[in-house]
Amino acid sequence: MSTADETVIVNAGDERSETARSQMEPVAYYPGCSLHGTSREFDESLRAVVQALGVGVTEIEDWNCCGASSGHTTDHLLSVALPARNLALAETQGFRRVLSPCAACYNRLSAAHLAVATQDGLAERMPEILGRPFANTVEVFNAVELLRDLIPVIEERVAAALATPNPLDGIKLAAYYGCLLVRPADVCGYDDPEQPTAMDAIIGACGADPVDWNMKVECCGGAFSVSRTASVVRLGRAIVEDARKSGAEAIVVACPLCHSNLDLRQKAMTARGDKALPVLFITQVVGLALGLPAETLGLSRHFVATEPFLADLVKRAAVREAAEQKVREEAAAKAAARAAKRAEADKAVQAGVAPSSAPESGEPQ
Amino acid sequence: MTSASSGTLAAEILQATGINAATCYQCGKCSAGCPMASESDLRPHQVMRRVMYGPRERILQDETIWLCLTCETCSARCPNDCDPARVIDAVREISLKSGLARMPRSIGAFHKAFLEQIRSNGRIHEISLVMEYKLRSGDLVKDVTNAPGMFARGKLSLRSERIDGVAEIKRIFERCGVSS
Repeated sequence: MSTADETVIVNAGDERSETARSQMEPVAYYPGCSLHGTSREFDESLRAVVQALGVGVTEIEDWNCCGASSGHTTDHLLSVALPARNLALAETQGFRRVLSPCAACYNRLSAAHLAVATQDGLAERMPEILGRPFANTVEVFNAVELLRDLIPVIEERVAAALATPNPLDGIKLAAYYGCLLVRPADVCGYDDPEQPTAMDAIIGACGADPVDWNMKVECCGGAFSVSRTASVVRLGRAIVEDARKSGAEAIVVACPLCHSNLDLRQKAMTARGDKALPVLFITQVVGLALGLPAETLGLSRHFVATEPFLADLVKRAAVREAAEQKVREEAAAKAAARAAKRAEADKAVQAGVAPSSAPESGEPQ
Repeated sequence: MTSASSGTLAAEILQATGINAATCYQCGKCSAGCPMASESDLRPHQVMRRVMYGPRERILQDETIWLCLTCETCSARCPNDCDPARVIDAVREISLKSGLARMPRSIGAFHKAFLEQIRSNGRIHEISLVMEYKLRSGDLVKDVTNAPGMFARGKLSLRSERIDGVAEIKRIFERCGVSS
């Protein structure tokens, strides 16, 4: 073997191990305030799902609030500096990527990363403002991106989890992205700002059926939940009504603000007689498809109760499974009958009786 | 192309953001998609227009600018990349700094309570945030009926989280020139 060949082989090996390493490499986890409080089920279900899928996440030590809407509404520099401290911490703690599941935090962290990389003078000023070294080397990504990249693994696991029938098989779900998860395009970049499909693809990988609907990127009123509730109810009503019209049985979100607006305030958005639509985090959906126990996914923490919905799914899955089982049993019985008939015919041929009838009865089907 | 003459709001915004408001040709696509348009006196395309032609005080004192949710629909749809969402954020910042801001009380109370929480603890503690919001806004009874349900679901923790780097956070606020 020549030296040149060897070099090629070694390089190819390096490249492969590099890809594998970056996939297996533990990522920094930035939960943000909501996931430590009102949306702790997003945190619980995310941790359960990444563990099941073999991704290591480590919470950033001493992380601070990203400033959210109140930060950027008030002061641009502050809106960059608050998230930048978290990026600096992740960098110092040895990480190359930060997972930020909350759409609002993700947006602020990613916007800060972009601003420091592109705006004049910010990269030089930041270490001074933060009082710590900061090279802006850490990339920010969200839970939808993480799960989209793991779709082959999810599909494999869902197909392998045969012990219990998949409760999500064929049920209709509305993927709701809202605003901060997909816009602005230069900050979010991983999907289309007007027609995103990543969450729909994840839902599909879970065996469910993502519906086509109109409100997937409309804003729910986000940060006005407390200060201008009437606006949130007006915006949320349009979203829930359209999801219902599309035939969805539940709405799927990846943002604590969307979740709290559509779940906690859904009662005010729903006309009398209309059935409430459960609002699930995408991580809870993946967890259910992987067969993880409902209690590890925080499904009992919602205001629109998920228990009747889940019980119904399990019942329907059992009915489906029974029907499929019946089909399988009938097919097996038919096959057995055919085999018995053939064996009888073979026996008759061997015994030399009525050889003319043998090929006919020996023919399959 | 028209450019902003110095001393105007448009010039300030151009300097702060690199966005030339004069590139807006008033097609109105931003306002057509704005979720808060029906509640606003000034819609995004009108904000863009007034940034260009003033009067300066009129826009800096407008309450509507505080209704923008920064959902970025306007900026995503703008056919000429004028980025109205970023312009509105810049207008708000100038409005605050010039002392002309007329924020609706509830929204102002929320932002102040939110930033105060970050400055003193480094993180948001939802119960304290809502309590502080109530005191600042005077809206004492709102959402009180939701609290028991949230407790029952384990969504409210009584203990606030305070980070080790609180002093660092205070310094960041100071260095960014944000006082309260």
